[in-house]
Amino acid sequence: MKCVVPVLTVLVVFVALWYAFAVVLNAPWARDRAERAGTELSFTALVADTWAQEKPLLPAPHQIAAEVWHTTAEMRITSKRSLVWHAWVTLSATFAGFAMGAALGILLAVGIVHSRVMDLSVMPWIIASQTVPILAVAPMIIVVLYNIGVQGLVAKAAISAYLSFFPVVVGMVKGLRSPDRMQLDQLHTWSASRTQVFGKLRLPASMPYLFTSLKVAVAIALVGAIIGELPTGAQGGFGSRMLSGSYYGQTLIIWSALVGAAVCAGALVGLIGLVQRLVLKRMGMAT
Amino acid sequence: MSSQVIQARGLDLTFRTADGPVHALKDVNLSVQRGDFVSFIGPSGCGKTTFLRVVADLEQPTGGEITVNGMSPAEARRARAYGYVFQAAGLYPWRTIGGNIRLPLEIMGIPRAEHAARVARVLELVELTGFEKKYPWQLSGGMQQRASIARALSFDADILLMDEPFGALDEIVRDKLNEELLGLWRRTGKTIGFVTHSIPEAVYLSTKIVVMSPRPGRIIDVIESDLPAERPLDIRESPEFLALARRVRDGLRAGHGYD
Ligand SMILES: Nc1ncnc2c1ncn2[C@@H]1O[C@H](COP(=O)(O)OP(=O)(O)OP(=O)(O)O)[C@@H](O)[C@H]1O
Ligand SMILES: [Mg+2]
Repeated sequence: MKCVVPVLTVLVVFVALWYAFAVVLNAPWARDRAERAGTELSFTALVADTWAQEKPLLPAPHQIAAEVWHTTAEMRITSKRSLVWHAWVTLSATFAGFAMGAALGILLAVGIVHSRVMDLSVMPWIIASQTVPILAVAPMIIVVLYNIGVQGLVAKAAISAYLSFFPVVVGMVKGLRSPDRMQLDQLHTWSASRTQVFGKLRLPASMPYLFTSLKVAVAIALVGAIIGELPTGAQGGFGSRMLSGSYYGQTLIIWSALVGAAVCAGALVGLIGLVQRLVLKRMGMAT
Repeated sequence: MSSQVIQARGLDLTFRTADGPVHALKDVNLSVQRGDFVSFIGPSGCGKTTFLRVVADLEQPTGGEITVNGMSPAEARRARAYGYVFQAAGLYPWRTIGGNIRLPLEIMGIPRAEHAARVARVLELVELTGFEKKYPWQLSGGMQQRASIARALSFDADILLMDEPFGALDEIVRDKLNEELLGLWRRTGKTIGFVTHSIPEAVYLSTKIVVMSPRPGRIIDVIESDLPAERPLDIRESPEFLALARRVRDGLRAGHGYD
């Protein structure tokens, strides 16, 4: 409970700064309009205007809150304008991509740890794969996939998987290699087979590493799904909300999509943290 | 089976390292009888650990011969001839003490029906009865090391190899564990190979003290102890004990390890 005060202080400072920036950034537009209308704005009127514009450069927090409320609580979730519906579109691609990415990552890690050839031949490609600027090539991938008949959720999930397998490989390789020399020697004195070394030692030892990397991976998978939605146009999802928002200068729509994405990412990471705690507790490794 | 348990003849081991060869063992000759308690003592780097690891088939000698129970170390390992206790307990944090002791049993394919009885028996040997369901982090360092000894005993190897098992523990706990180890050795009749840096520990525990010297690692003296099998802790003040300790110290000096 001791941290409540500092946390609240930071929050208040953050919100206050946000409002201040809203004034600074939105003021030119307010003055512009007042000038064209031939009126003079008092300071209070200016501030009030900057916090209530329809298409502000930087919307004030309460405007975003109102927009989020309007598009979630006040709409049927099946409506195409509902943020919940868009969230579901993005999340379903996220889940699919995350599952593929995690599975691929774990499989690659197992291969890399067990085969020196794979370590030397595959690892450089895995690293190289992540130097590709995905934002730039995502439209290309979507188009290529579209041409071979893959579209919608699967295409988006492919980008999610592409981004999210990487932290899983890296974390899982580290985890599977975390047993030290002594532990491996110990198993050797019992004449353990490779499968036993894997099942009894490497795999359980890698669990904390796996979950840590899964947290990173799930957040990236969400980003991947959003990126995958940008080029597909208005088929739904946070990405398409952001895109159409920016077409029409609807900053409130962009920002509410950003808030929605952030909330989803937080929830996903939190969910994995919860599973992590349950699993490690059952394994007796909770600290 | 003969009473020769470990037999080394002209054993050599050279490690190839980036900065040239390291002669870890040179012309080591040693014979250990069934039921011996052998301590290896000597300055750091004299090859004590290396010798034990050769016996355990964890290092391959580059010359000479070694047999364990009349077999090669690899055969002896597969025949479950020995249990190895490392300096760190190395218990798996995700297994209970009981689960850790069952680990080698599972790996060796010992029938499940026997596990419970074996775990109970070895826990009693190391005086940890009642701790079966506890996790390693719930035990003190000394108790963890006892659990790791129990684990090494669980599959009935008749040789116990221990590399500074109590090195990380404080003196008082060490004394207690040494006393217990002696009791365990008397009751089970196992052959024990024990690496230590402490002269009193070596003299207190052993029937045979192997004094080693580094660069190259070699044996410079093998002292047979005539102390009685029954050894209360205060035997360490007796003249016989002090005479043995002096001989070990002189041996170490002669090997100019500590100057
Ligand atoms: N895997 C290895 N590769 C290269 N050199 C090694 C290796 N293991 C041990 N050595 C070297 O062999 C020599 C003997 O090492 P060893 O570990 O047997 O000594 P020790 O008597 O157990 O020492 P300590 O009392 O410090 O444990 C040392 O010089 C060491 O550096
Ligand atoms: Mg050593």
